Amino acid sequence: MPENGTSATGPKDTTARAAGSAAAPQLRKAVVVGGNRIPFARTGGAYTKSSNQDMLTAALDGLIARFGLQDERIGEVAAGAVLKHSRDFNLTREAVLGSALSAETPAYDLQQACATGLETVLGLANKIKLGQIDSAIAGGVDSASDAPIAVSEGLREILLDLNRAKTLPQRLQVLSRLRPKDLAPDAPNTGEPRTGLSMGEHQALTTAQWKITREAQDELAYNSHRNLAAAYDAGFFDELLTPYRGLSKDSNLRPDTTLEKLAGLKPVFGKNLGAEATMTAGNSTPLTDGASTVLLASEDWADAHDLPKLATVLDGEAAAVDFVHGKDGLLMAPAFAVPRLLARHGLGFEDIDFFEIHEAFAGTVLSTLAAWEDEEFCRTRLGLDGALGSVDRAKLNVNGSSLAAGHPFAATGGRIVASLAKMLHAKGQVDGRPARGLISICAAGGQGVVAILEAH
Amino acid sequence: MTDKYTQFVNRGLGKDIAKKLGLSQPVVLRRHRPGQPLVQGPVLVQGAGSGADELAATLLSWNLDVRRHAVPREKLGAIILVLDEAARPEDLEKPVLSAAASLRDLAANARVVTVSRAAAGTTDPATAAARQGVDGLLRSLAKELRAGATGNGILLADGARTTSPSALGALRFFLSGRSAFVDGQFLTVSSEAGHLPADAEKPLAGKVAVVTGAARGIGAAIARTLYRDGATVVVVDIPAAGDHLAKVANEVHGTALQLDISREDAGQRIIDHAVERHGGLDILIHNAGITRDKLLANMDQGRWSSVIAVNIAAQLRINEALLASEHFRNSPRIVSVASTSGIAGNRGQTNYAASKGGVMGMVRATAPLLAAHGGSINAVAPGFIETEMTDRIPFATREVARRLNSLQQGGQPGDVAEAIAFLASDAAGGISGEVLRVCGQNLVGA
Repeated sequence: MPENGTSATGPKDTTARAAGSAAAPQLRKAVVVGGNRIPFARTGGAYTKSSNQDMLTAALDGLIARFGLQDERIGEVAAGAVLKHSRDFNLTREAVLGSALSAETPAYDLQQACATGLETVLGLANKIKLGQIDSAIAGGVDSASDAPIAVSEGLREILLDLNRAKTLPQRLQVLSRLRPKDLAPDAPNTGEPRTGLSMGEHQALTTAQWKITREAQDELAYNSHRNLAAAYDAGFFDELLTPYRGLSKDSNLRPDTTLEKLAGLKPVFGKNLGAEATMTAGNSTPLTDGASTVLLASEDWADAHDLPKLATVLDGEAAAVDFVHGKDGLLMAPAFAVPRLLARHGLGFEDIDFFEIHEAFAGTVLSTLAAWEDEEFCRTRLGLDGALGSVDRAKLNVNGSSLAAGHPFAATGGRIVASLAKMLHAKGQVDGRPARGLISICAAGGQGVVAILEAH
Repeated sequence: MTDKYTQFVNRGLGKDIAKKLGLSQPVVLRRHRPGQPLVQGPVLVQGAGSGADELAATLLSWNLDVRRHAVPREKLGAIILVLDEAARPEDLEKPVLSAAASLRDLAANARVVTVSRAAAGTTDPATAAARQGVDGLLRSLAKELRAGATGNGILLADGARTTSPSALGALRFFLSGRSAFVDGQFLTVSSEAGHLPADAEKPLAGKVAVVTGAARGIGAAIARTLYRDGATVVVVDIPAAGDHLAKVANEVHGTALQLDISREDAGQRIIDHAVERHGGLDILIHNAGITRDKLLANMDQGRWSSVIAVNIAAQLRINEALLASEHFRNSPRIVSVASTSGIAGNRGQTNYAASKGGVMGMVRATAPLLAAHGGSINAVAPGFIETEMTDRIPFATREVARRLNSLQQGGQPGDVAEAIAFLASDAAGGISGEVLRVCGQNLVGA
């Protein structure tokens, strides 16, 4: 596979590194010990009254209980939220202080849109590999129910000026600027600041561009629900999840949904594109509340604490696309990150046993798969000789993904890493090599973060 | 928490009113707290013979204030009535009536403990009569005691001495605040097995214990008590109870295992978790249980089968896995939670009582299987215990139920936990196949 040095239309790639450098011998392994999340709840449901800090603390406490980490000083905890109140500037540290961990555990917040959770795993795994820390907890949380609401720009300026005013006449003068329209709150939205389009509308453009059919999207959604339901029935989540506020399963899961039911839903995105609108509430993720955590460690630390070593975090890669000028779709960055990551390790799709491609929308997954199968795209945009290849659908999101589980933005990475690590550990060896899993997560701002995990 | 009525009659005006009206006056029971003395006040040892002398000498070595003769009007913390040499019913008279003279001097929350021999151990009719007589004597005496005082008995199998490890272990348990809600009960010491702990405050130090059904109520109390006594605790409950379970695990610095114990592989999963995370498995507490009450005439298959599956079939299957495991060979201990329903029966609980009766049968038959490894298995049968479950009983029914025992109050989850922690300790190693009731000598079920 050629190095993606320069491609026909892309900028000079300055991120390319010598193959194998990530596995340099002086680096230690970073292992996934396990994870814990709370069930994901559709917004306005079971967690309506729960804050990000409440949910992250609950997810942490479940992890601590599962692995006996009470009063343990963990090397570092990193987590984040996409929708975040300004008062939560130290969200992760506050959650740690409210948890059963040692109060001497340091923590930091991180935010990279929907890739937040996976990026915390990669960043902390790197610190472990470098020997800076021996243990870490990565995580993410989001609440669209308890979303921050800001005051309008007008009111904000008036309030700040009021604070600066020194005399009563000055204050009255400032207040006299207040107009009724200033009192309307500024609610958060998932629209892209540079295009004004919502994520769904952006994806609708991409879905249409790649000619993804309604049937294919509904089928992917159907499989997600079916796979997730089967995983629950098999007890797969018994050691990955701790109930919260009366919920013991993801509330978005519809075990009894059918292709017919999904086909009956009305399109919600892409209705003004001229082409047939194909994206419905069934094949798009709903707004969701939830939190997830992942326990990472060096092999020595895991052994010293008699803890399991499920998988190693092999490597990760980030990419971004220029969606603003319409060069690529908003959520297509993983299509670029994956081939770069595979190339760095000399791997192809045939070397991957589990594909965990985050289902922001069914159309996102299918557009990405289509791009990798497209010779033209792979040659001109990825700088490859031909098509990257096809992903074996039997290896794709085998225990369900975001369409069924829901997608509390920053919590999705942790959900996927912990689940994949468990699957890899169960799979063990494949053809004399450790089982391998690929994670791909798209994010707002035209970004994407991907990673490879290997069975330990 | 002591119930409202007990609080009322133990303070100021309420105390006076209750006294004048002749209302029952349950007292706030003496319950064990770390650092507390074993017994409050001097201990009178009644009974002649070498067994009594040896026991008195041992009590002295514990730095207890021991009396062989009563001092008139001196408040006593306990009376120990040693009757191990009784060969004829007439032999009981002297020690029993000597003890009787001191009963009025018992302090609140005092203890009376008989030490005698098991009737089953003799073929001589007169000796059997004397020994069985102690049973009736003790149970009646326990009903006469007031102010939180309890009466319990130790039965020695032939060959066991009054100072056998588990005789002393049982004596310490009965004297202490750990047995607050145990009244009118006997424990049989069948062998010389077991030993007293090096540190009386940490009798379970170094042990790995698994508690099923530990997310709340009695199970959570058991986890806390085992942790207090020094054990490393694994708490188990169904996945749906995982949030409560996590809280308990974090409180007791243990690990949480979300597991439905009725799964086929539950035993192996428990062993694997305990061995991989904590290096072994010493104690298993079968506490998980469910009720699906219905009159038998209205009983459906679902209610019957689920209760049997969880309450007894799961315990049998887990025990099989434990008995087959090389990791459960070092003085292993199993304690099951039975129920007084399984002894006396309870209207609407045919399924539950069948399962709990089953637990007692299982315990008896499993004891010899564990003896080979120096292990033991016992059951604890709780009476009316103040839990979220009993809180849901209608007020009047609940008020009657909680007063229908010699201590005139309901027990606390911790009372059941104390009995379980004792039976899980090496001090109880010579006690196996027994059922200990923690019921305040409930009038129901003997």
